[in-house]
Amino acid sequence: MIHIKRLQEDGVDIIALIGEIDASSSIELDLAIAKSVGEGFSRILVDCHSLEYISSAGLGVFMSYIEEFKDQNIKMVLYGMNDKVANTFEILGLNELLQIGKDKAHAKRMMNEL
Amino acid sequence: MRTKAIIRLLFTVGVITWLALVFTEISIVFSSSNNLASGIPAWLPNVILNLFILALFYYYRLKFDRDDVLNFVDLLWRVFATGLVATVVSLFLKLVEYLLGSTRLTTDVVFIDLIYLVNLGLMIGFLTMAFTAWKRLILYQKSKWLMRLWSFFELALLLSLLYNAFDFPFVERLYWAMLSFFVLIGLVLSANMKWVAYLNFRQKWTSLLLLLLTVFYLLYIFFTTSSLVEVLSGMNVDFTNYRFHVFILSLMTFVMVYSIFSFLVILFNLPTTSVFEQKLEEVVNFQRISQSIQTEQNEDSVYNILLETSVSTVFADAAWLEVKGSNPKAKVFTYKITEKESQEIINHLKAKNIKGILDQGSDKTKNLSRHLATLKGSRFRSILAFPILVKGENIGTLALLKELPDGFNREMTKIVGTFSNQAGISIENFRLMEEALQNERYKEELKIAKTVQKSLLPEVLEKDPDFEIAAFSESADEVGGDYYDTLRTNDHQVSLIVADVSGKGTTAAFHMSQMKGIFHSLAQDCVKPDVFMCKANQALVYCLERGSFISATFFIVDTRSKKVHYARAGHCPLLYFNASTNRAEYLKDKGIALGMIKNRSYSNFIEANEFDYHSGDIMVLYTDGVTEAKNTKGEEFGYERLAEVLIEVRHLSPKQIQEHLIKRLYEFSGTSNINDDYTTMIVKFT
Repeated sequence: MIHIKRLQEDGVDIIALIGEIDASSSIELDLAIAKSVGEGFSRILVDCHSLEYISSAGLGVFMSYIEEFKDQNIKMVLYGMNDKVANTFEILGLNELLQIGKDKAHAKRMMNEL
Repeated sequence: MRTKAIIRLLFTVGVITWLALVFTEISIVFSSSNNLASGIPAWLPNVILNLFILALFYYYRLKFDRDDVLNFVDLLWRVFATGLVATVVSLFLKLVEYLLGSTRLTTDVVFIDLIYLVNLGLMIGFLTMAFTAWKRLILYQKSKWLMRLWSFFELALLLSLLYNAFDFPFVERLYWAMLSFFVLIGLVLSANMKWVAYLNFRQKWTSLLLLLLTVFYLLYIFFTTSSLVEVLSGMNVDFTNYRFHVFILSLMTFVMVYSIFSFLVILFNLPTTSVFEQKLEEVVNFQRISQSIQTEQNEDSVYNILLETSVSTVFADAAWLEVKGSNPKAKVFTYKITEKESQEIINHLKAKNIKGILDQGSDKTKNLSRHLATLKGSRFRSILAFPILVKGENIGTLALLKELPDGFNREMTKIVGTFSNQAGISIENFRLMEEALQNERYKEELKIAKTVQKSLLPEVLEKDPDFEIAAFSESADEVGGDYYDTLRTNDHQVSLIVADVSGKGTTAAFHMSQMKGIFHSLAQDCVKPDVFMCKANQALVYCLERGSFISATFFIVDTRSKKVHYARAGHCPLLYFNASTNRAEYLKDKGIALGMIKNRSYSNFIEANEFDYHSGDIMVLYTDGVTEAKNTKGEEFGYERLAEVLIEVRHLSPKQIQEHLIKRLYEFSGTSNINDDYTTMIVKFT
């Protein structure tokens, strides 16, 4: 089960993920990102500190926005992942397609460089 | 059939006994009026009379028992018909008498006696018939006590026949005692009039008429026979005087009393008929609502039925039913009121901040109606509102309106409350059924997916003198497909693949078959592993939907050069046991899963690798179901443990290694229920 919190800071939308993302909760993740995009945010940070597990469905959600973000020039950076989750992203190779930072400060720096 | 014969027999016996009675009676009267001695004992006619009565009694009883049809009005018709026949015959005889005028014949005692006996027979027949009919009516709603009392009554009456059978001396006190006793019981029994409530308005009027005429016939026959008795008594002959016959008199009184009581009860129940009919209709409507789920296809019909039946039950002038569904806008069903009007009323009541609009209870109703009066321009003065509850959640409101103030009474509140409850239950059932159907469909889908998955996995794996392969795949119920396969390209090259499709159910199974097709076509040309992945990626771009991807590792084992070329596309890293160093390690290389980059730039993200193999080396291909298998504590099986297990059994054959690994996996997870697919392919180089 996933709990999603949204904060706005300096014009950046921060989506915090708490819990696990499996097939059914991946829909909520999709909705959250879609909402953020819909509200016009072009800078999105994803706080993964409390993300314990992500399934292929959840990974698919992130993956599906890659094209769209490139086209619309929206910048998304994920940060704060634990080792296990980070490993999952690495194995799939998503770390080469998505921006992943170590912590919030690092993520913000990455965002400004994009 | 036997009863039919018995009935006919009884009828014949009745006729015969009556004729016998006539014969014997006439003989006695004749001889007595002529002062002759008849050879017939004086008690014989009485006995024959009783036999006649008995025959008729059982005849009617069996006849009525056979006819199961219990339509009250029909019963009354039958009694009326019998009475009519009796009266007509009696009148006919009177007419004959009148036509004959005052001749010697008409004043002859025998003639009068004959007419008397005919009338007596008719009267007894009519009375017995009515008695049996009344029995049906009284015993319509049986209770033990009532049955016992009735049986006692019948038995006592029949026994009283004995009193008149033999020539007992007439004891007046006993006679009156017996008569009063029977009349009393008759009165008590006459209090059972429950059948009257079941007549509708029209039936009540018909019954009134029939009963009136029946009473008229009774009176007529009674008086006719009485007057004949008077005449005969005056003639000073011995004849069967029914005046002293307890049975006949009791029967007469009983039938008469019950007829009159029934008449009065029906008459005074006429004004309340509509209430009973209404109650009946309410029950029917209730049934309609509760059954509407089986017959109707959607929720809307239930709402319509609820609206209709509620309106008709309380005679509302208008009504609306508002249902909040999954769409933001509520659905509104209206009856004789525009949506605008209903919205006005809702807003008005909301503005007044009226709490409890949804509570049932007549006090709250009065409050609502009072507030309604303050709404200008509304033609309604009373309102009744109910919530529709499904699983405790309020999904809608039913509101009934009347133009009269205080138009709804407590009864109406109760009954509409029951309706809306039932509607809530019906809708809940409907939704549950839909869910169940959905689940069924889903399960079917998964079954198909599993069958497809199984059929795509190879039955036979490639053989080669250089290596041995064992493969295993067990899929969980709810998860997408793992795939593995082997293909010999030429005499010295064998391709291997292991893949994991993201997604669930049938979609995953379809993607798996696409992957299989791609593998079998591309691997034939012995392409380089990275080229294979690029081409596979390009092929899949058009068939994978948004958010779906496939992770895979593709190997080419070259037995001539003793090398393994491979490319890893986002799949779990290969576990390789090196026999010379006696170590097992995971090969880390670059490669993004298929379907993530939907164009040819994918080639930048995949690389080809190679290594030499030696005898005793082991390759373990697997999917993430193995490493992510959790035990009861939530720990994962993990990469380290997998490597450890491999090292433990490194000397065994692939098949044995596989079995060992699987055993350890199941042991670890503690259950044979898995929630992810387990797939392993073990290649050991000889």
